[in-house]
Amino acid sequence: MTKDKREIARRPDKAPMATAWDYAPAPEARDIVKIQERYGLFIGGEFIEPASGERYTTIDPAREEPLAEVAQAAKADVDRAVRAARDAFANGWSDIKPSERAKYLFRIARLLQERSREFAVLESLNGGKPIRESRDVDVPLAAAHFFYYAGWADKLEYAFPNRKPRPVGVAGQIIPWNFPLLMLAWKIAPALAAGNTVVLKPAETTPLTALLFCDVLRQAELPPGVVNIVTGDGRTGAELVSHPSVDKIAFTGSTEVGKAIQRTLAGTGKRLTLELGGKAANIIFDDAPLDQAVEGIVNGIYFNQGHVCCAGSRLLVQESIYETVIAKLKRRMATLRVGDPLDKNTDVGAINSKQQLEKISALVQSGIEEGAEIYQPPCRLPERGYWFVPTVFTNVAQSYRIAQEEIFGPVLSVLTFRTPDEAIEKANNTPYGLSAGVWTEKGSRILAMAKGLRAGVVWANTYNRFDPASPFGGYKESGFGREGGRHGLEPYVLLEDA
Amino acid sequence: MSQRLAVQKTYKLYIGGAFPRSESGRTYPAEGANVARASRKDLRDAVRIARHAGSAWWAMTAYNRGQVLYRIAEMMEKRQSELAALCTGPAEVAAAIDRVVWYAGWADKLAQVIGSANPVAGPYFNFTVPEPTGVIGILAPEPPLLGLVSRLSPVIVGGNTAVVVASEAHPLVSIELAECLATADVPPGVVNILTGLRGELSPVLASHMDVSGLDLTGADGDAAELEKLGAENVKRIVRGRADAQSPYDIAAFLELKTVWHPTGM
Repeated sequence: MTKDKREIARRPDKAPMATAWDYAPAPEARDIVKIQERYGLFIGGEFIEPASGERYTTIDPAREEPLAEVAQAAKADVDRAVRAARDAFANGWSDIKPSERAKYLFRIARLLQERSREFAVLESLNGGKPIRESRDVDVPLAAAHFFYYAGWADKLEYAFPNRKPRPVGVAGQIIPWNFPLLMLAWKIAPALAAGNTVVLKPAETTPLTALLFCDVLRQAELPPGVVNIVTGDGRTGAELVSHPSVDKIAFTGSTEVGKAIQRTLAGTGKRLTLELGGKAANIIFDDAPLDQAVEGIVNGIYFNQGHVCCAGSRLLVQESIYETVIAKLKRRMATLRVGDPLDKNTDVGAINSKQQLEKISALVQSGIEEGAEIYQPPCRLPERGYWFVPTVFTNVAQSYRIAQEEIFGPVLSVLTFRTPDEAIEKANNTPYGLSAGVWTEKGSRILAMAKGLRAGVVWANTYNRFDPASPFGGYKESGFGREGGRHGLEPYVLLEDA
Repeated sequence: MSQRLAVQKTYKLYIGGAFPRSESGRTYPAEGANVARASRKDLRDAVRIARHAGSAWWAMTAYNRGQVLYRIAEMMEKRQSELAALCTGPAEVAAAIDRVVWYAGWADKLAQVIGSANPVAGPYFNFTVPEPTGVIGILAPEPPLLGLVSRLSPVIVGGNTAVVVASEAHPLVSIELAECLATADVPPGVVNILTGLRGELSPVLASHMDVSGLDLTGADGDAAELEKLGAENVKRIVRGRADAQSPYDIAAFLELKTVWHPTGM
C-alpha cells in the first residue's frame, strides 16, 4: 500500500467518490405468489361481489403493469361488512374464552411466518418497496405484532389496574399504502386481542396483501365476520367512518383526512385514534459518531422511498460539522441503488403511485423555486414505472414548504443549529410531533433532548426502529392514541369499574 | 347606632396569578353579585399565559408538583366555610378537598403506573414516559366546586396548564377557589379561571390553535359543535364524569413518549 492510499484509508471523509459498481441482478422469484385476476370483498368469511359491480385495477408501480382487478366497495357493501362484524361480535367472538382468542392470533402469527416469502414478494410487487425491506422488516414485524398481542388476549385485566376491560365492539380501520401488511397487523392484532371485530379498508393502491391475508384467516379458521376487508378508495373509507354501527375508528394517514374524520365523529361518542403525518427532525451534534449518524440519516429518509410518516425528513446539523456531514452524506447517497423492488440489491424502490410521484415532484420544484440548493446523485432510473432520485436540499429556511410540509418521498431538507436549545426550538417548530432523532455521544444530552422534543417517538443514535412491544404514535397534529405495546390495547377496550 | 358595614368582595377573573377585571369592563349578574364577564380577548390572553407557564410547571419535579397540589388542599381546608357558602354545602367542599389530596399523591407515581420499559426484539433500551399534552381548556361541570376540582386536578397533576370556564350559573365558588390557588404556590398561569357566558367563550376555547386538549364534561348541548371546532388542531377531547377520580382521567391528557437507544459496549 502506498503512503497516499494509507492516508486515504485513515481519512474516510477525504476518500474519493465511490464508483458505480455494477451488481449482477438478484431478483426474487415472483412466481411464489399467485395473484388472482380479480378479487371480491372479504365479508363474513367469504369473498363476495361488490353490490355495484364497480372495480378498479391495482398495479405494480415499478412496471406500470396491472396486477389484478379489485372491488370498489360502496355504501351497501360497507354496510354489509359492518353487519357481518356486528353479528360476529354479538354471536360468539366477544364471549369466546380469551385464551382461545389468543390461540387464533398465535395461529395467524405462525401462518404469516410460514408464508412470509409470499407476502414479501406480493408487498413489493403491489407497493414498490424493496424486497429487502418487505422481507426483513414489514412481514416479520407483522407476524411479530400478532404474536405479541396474542399473548395479551387473556391477560387484559393485568394491563388496566382496578378496571374491567371490555371490548368496544366493531372497529372500523383505515390504513395507508406505505406499509400495507404491517399497518394491517398494527390495526387488527390489538383489536382482536381485546375481543373486537373488525372492518378494515386497505389503501386504494395497495390492497393485495390484505386480500392474501384473508387466506391466512381462512387457514387459521377464524370465525366468519370477525375480520372483514373492504377495498376501495376514499369514498369507501368515508362510508366506514360515518357508519352508525361502527363503535371505533382507527385511522392511519394524512393529517388532513384525520381532521375530517375527527369532525365527522364529533358528538357521536365513538372512539377514535389517529396516526397522522410527520415532519421529523433528525438532529446531529458535533460529537456524534458521524459515520453511524450518516447511516441513520440515510435510513431515516430513504427507507421505503421516504414513504414513512416518521421519516427523518428535516436534518438538523450542528454548524461546526456541517461541511463534513454533507460531504459524507452525498458520498453515501451515491451508493444507493434505485430500481427493481424485487432485486435483493435494491435500496430504494418505486414510488407508490403516479399521484404520489407528482406530489413529490411538485414539492421538490417548490424547494428549488424558494431558493434551496438541490443535490441528487447520478442515478440511472428504469424507463417504466414511478421513480424519484434520492434528493437532499441544503440552504433551506424553516419557512420553506420543503421544511414545513410532509413530502412523503425520498427528499431531505438540511438545516443547521448552534446550541441544543436552538435545535429543540427548530425541531419543535412544526404542527406535527410524531418522531425525532438525536445523535450524540453524550448521555445526559440525549436525555435532555429526548425530554425537550415534542414527539411521540425519539430515536437516539438510531432511527426508524419498530417493535410490537414499543408504543408508537404522535403528539400535536400527528394524532392521538398509541399502537404497539401495552398502551396499544387501550383504544380497543372500554374500562368498566372493577 | 352605628353598625359596622360589611366590606363586599368584587368577583374578578383569575389570569396569570392575578385577579383582573374583564378587559371589556363587562359583568353579568349571578348569585346576587356582579360577576366578571370575560371577553374573547380575556380568553386568548389566558391561553397565551397558560402556554407560557407550561414549561416551568413541567420542569418542576413531580414531587414538587405533588406538594403544590397538596398545598391547594391545605388552603381549601382553611376556607371550608367560605367555599361551602358558595356551593352545595360542606359535603361538597369536603369531597373536593379530598379529591385534590388524592390527585396530589399521583404526581410522582404516574410515570411508574402509566409508563413502561419495553422489551423490544433487538439490542435497544426502550422506554415510554408520560408527558403533558399542553394547555387544556376545561368547561367546568356542576356541582360548581367539586365538578371543577374533579376535572382540573387530573389536568394539572400531569403537568398541563389549564384555562377553565367556570359554571355560568354558579361562578362565585370558582373565584373563591382561585384565591386558594393563588396562595398555594401554584405558579402564575398554571391555572386560569374565567367567569362569563359559556356561549361566548366555549367556541373560542374549542377553536384556539394553542389549546391542545378540551375537557367538555361540563358542556351542554353544544358539545358536538365544540368537538368539531377542536378537530382543527387535532385536540384531545374528553367528556368524563364530574365525580370521577382515577389515573385514567389523568392519562386522558398525557402524551406518551417512547425513547430508543442502542445497547452495546
